Amino acid sequence: MKARIRKIATFVEETVTEMGRVVDPPTRRAAAVAVIENPLAGKYVEDLSELMAIGEELGELLTQRAVAALGIAGPSAESYGKAAAVGENGEIEHAAAILHPKLGTPVRKVLGKGAALIPSSKKRGGLGVVLDIPLGHKDAAYVRSHFDGMEVRLNDAPRANEIMVAIAVTDSGRPLARVGGLTKDQIKGEDGLR
Amino acid sequence: MPEVNVRKRVLTLEEIFHEGGPIAEKPLLRAAALAVIRNPFAGGYAENIAGFMDDLKPLGLEMARSLVKALGGDVQSIEGYGKGAIVGSAGEIEHGALWHVPGGYAMREVLGDAKAIVASTKKVGGPGTRLDVPITHINASYVRSHFDAMEVGIADAPRADEIVLALVMTTGARVHARVGGLKASEIKGEDGLR
Repeated sequence: MKARIRKIATFVEETVTEMGRVVDPPTRRAAAVAVIENPLAGKYVEDLSELMAIGEELGELLTQRAVAALGIAGPSAESYGKAAAVGENGEIEHAAAILHPKLGTPVRKVLGKGAALIPSSKKRGGLGVVLDIPLGHKDAAYVRSHFDGMEVRLNDAPRANEIMVAIAVTDSGRPLARVGGLTKDQIKGEDGLR
Repeated sequence: MPEVNVRKRVLTLEEIFHEGGPIAEKPLLRAAALAVIRNPFAGGYAENIAGFMDDLKPLGLEMARSLVKALGGDVQSIEGYGKGAIVGSAGEIEHGALWHVPGGYAMREVLGDAKAIVASTKKVGGPGTRLDVPITHINASYVRSHFDAMEVGIADAPRADEIVLALVMTTGARVHARVGGLKASEIKGEDGLR
């Protein structure tokens, strides 16, 4: 493992009722977050390949953790998202290096498919910074019932020389989704959009 | 008494490898189970509320069991615990106090012979309120290495007429505990204190 991991946290949320109505089956989503040392903190480094490699290994590890937390097989996942928060001695580009070049392939391997773009967000911040991980359907980005977001935070991260990396996976869309648009049973799954 | 109406459950697991010092041989695990329930007493003063404690017992047991499962399934590995509640704005702090008995009962029931008082905290707050749930050793409150706390909270809870109930369990001491005091190996286990 290239990443020096201080801690891993997983969050599972299950919504059983909303506005007094039963959500059946309950909507469930999980996020796995790793807090790692930022090897490039405090200096400008041109070549970010070290962080790209870390992104690749965290893509596999965190997706496995999230899927395990939901207790489902990877291919049963419906939507996904990713996010990173860089501590104050790092650059936003460090988050980009982890999230974008290499993290997606192992995520899709764990989930069986994943034709759609993995929606993402990133920021720089201090301890306790809130990450809103965007969520979208893994095979068709336009599935409206699955547009969502999941908030995660850890009070003790990221420290100045750390990066928080998060992957969220669901087995469902929003509770009581009813704003129309493309539905999951209409997915063609060819272009990742519809 | 009213039934317990759950809107949402959240389970958080932290796996801590180090905090800048030597990497732990066995990572410290800390888990929190949260349930968002409707506050049956929201919006007015009710004199007789104590009966609701019995109604909460099954939910407490379910939460305590989910924690043991998240921490690996072995009751013997649980060393610390704590509990807390966040009452939405249409309720009173006394409604949070309803959790003391069923929350503590549930963890003792699941853990067998835990002797120490379950450390607790509670507050009234809005959605997104954070709660620092105190943690102490399950058999002897004075074990200094196990004094800890875990921050919990949910972005969309508690709504005004809701209560967030929390239970926390851990598998050991703080990851780099080294401030002396009573050790877990020195517990007499007679009075729940030492």
